[in-house]
Amino acid sequence: MRIPCPYCGVRDVLEFTWGGQADIARPADPAACSAEEWGAYLFIRQNPKGVHHERWCHTYGCGQWFSVWRDTLTHVIEEVDAIHTQSTRFAQSR
Amino acid sequence: MATAYYLTRNHGIRSVAVLEKGWIGGGNTGRNTAIVRSNYLTIPSIRFYDFSLCLYEGLSRELGFNIMLSQRGVVTLAFSRHQLRLMNRRVNALRHLKVDSEILTVPQIKRLLPLLSERSAAGRQIFGGFIQRRGGVIRHDAVAWGYARAADAQGVDIIQECEVTGFRKVNGAVTGVETPRGVISTTRVGLAVAGSSSILAAKLGIDLPITSMALQAMVSEPVKPVLDVVLDGALYVSQSDRGELVMGGGTDVYISYAQRSGIQRVEDNMAALIDLFPAFGRLRFMRQWAGLVDLTPDASPIIDASPIGGVCLSCGWGTYGFKAIPAGGVTFAHLLATGTSHPLARPFTLDRFRTGALIDEGGSSGMDDREPLL
Repeated sequence: MRIPCPYCGVRDVLEFTWGGQADIARPADPAACSAEEWGAYLFIRQNPKGVHHERWCHTYGCGQWFSVWRDTLTHVIEEVDAIHTQSTRFAQSR
Repeated sequence: MATAYYLTRNHGIRSVAVLEKGWIGGGNTGRNTAIVRSNYLTIPSIRFYDFSLCLYEGLSRELGFNIMLSQRGVVTLAFSRHQLRLMNRRVNALRHLKVDSEILTVPQIKRLLPLLSERSAAGRQIFGGFIQRRGGVIRHDAVAWGYARAADAQGVDIIQECEVTGFRKVNGAVTGVETPRGVISTTRVGLAVAGSSSILAAKLGIDLPITSMALQAMVSEPVKPVLDVVLDGALYVSQSDRGELVMGGGTDVYISYAQRSGIQRVEDNMAALIDLFPAFGRLRFMRQWAGLVDLTPDASPIIDASPIGGVCLSCGWGTYGFKAIPAGGVTFAHLLATGTSHPLARPFTLDRFRTGALIDEGGSSGMDDREPLL
C-alpha cells in the first residue's frame, strides 16, 4: 500500500502510522456523560467493509497527521486531506 | 462448529443449523498457527483458556478423530528486565490457579532451543523466559473436521456456501435469518463469525467495540527437526510434523477485510526470526496467508446476549480464537440453550465496555507490540 501524504507526496505505507477512525469528538462535558456515552466514545468504532475515514500520521516523513478515505477491502485510497482544509467529501459528510 | 456440537451433546438440542458463507474450516480455524496454551494473566482468562486446554487434552478421544495434539511446551522470551518481571507476575498468577508454568533461566532456554542466539548484533538480548509445558500445537483443520463430523452425526445441519444476508425482527426480537437460499425461521441466533462480526451485527443494528484486521502466518520449506518447542516472543514459531517452520507475528496495523496481509509484517517477522535464529536465514518460504481477526480494545472476547432479543454474540476472539474453541463452544452453547451465561463466560460481557470492567490481556495475546487501538 502506498499513501499520498498531502505534504510529501506518495510514499510507502512503512513510513506511516495508522491513527484509527477520524473525527471522534470528545464529549463536551465528560462529567455530565452517561456511562453509555462515555463507553461509546472510548470503545465503539466504525469497522466498515468498504470506505473508512481514518487518520494517518507520516511518522517517518513530515510527522503530520491527516485524513484518508481508504477502502478496507481493496486498500484503494479514494481521497486524502490535510485535517484543517476541508475537502468536498468532508463537507458532504457533515 | 464447536458451539453446534455442544448444543446437541450438552443440552440435547437437535434443531441446530450452522450457516457458513464459505466452507467448514476455510476461515480462521484453518488459517491460524495452530498454537494452544493457557498462560494468560487475569483470573477470568486463565480459568477460561485452561478449561479450553483441558477439553483439547481429551478431544481426540471424545470426537473419535485424531486432532494430533502435541504438548511440546510453549516458551515465551523476555527481552528486558521489565518483561521478565512482568513474566514473573504472570507465572505467579498462573501457579496461583494451579496452571503449570515455570520461569526459565537463559541456560535453560539455551538447552531447549540450541539454535537460539542469546544476543544479536542489533542489541537484542534475552533475559529469561517462561514455559507452559502443557502448551503446544494441534492439527488445526482436524479440530474443524472433528467437530463437524461429530455434530453432523448428532443431527446438526451444516449448510455451507450459505451467506447470511439479513435478519427478520419483530418488536426488537429476532424471528428469522435471511439467506440467498431462503429464510430460516428461528427465535435463537448465535453470531460466531470472527472478522465479519461488525458487518453482521450492523445488519441487526448493534454497534460493537471491534476492529477487524489481517493477521498473517507463513510457512518455510521443510527441514529436519530443529525446533522442539513452540517459541513465543517477537514472533511465534513452531516446527510442523512435516518439518516446515510455521510462524506469525502481530496483525497489520490498520483495519483490513482483505484476507492477505501487508508486506510490513512479512518483513518484521523475517527480521525477528533471523535475529533469534541466524541459522534460519538460509530457509526459503513456501506460503504466506492471512485471516481476519476481530479485535476488542482489551484483547478479550465477548460471549454475551445482545440488545436484540434471541441474538447472542460470540465475538472479539482476536488472535486467540483457536486455543479457545472448545471453551468458547461450551460456554456459547450454554448461553444459547439456557439464556444465562456460563460461569466461566460471565466476565466476558458486552457491558464491560460501559462499566469499565475490562479484562486486559493485551500482553498475553501474542501481539503485545501492536499499535494502541484507541
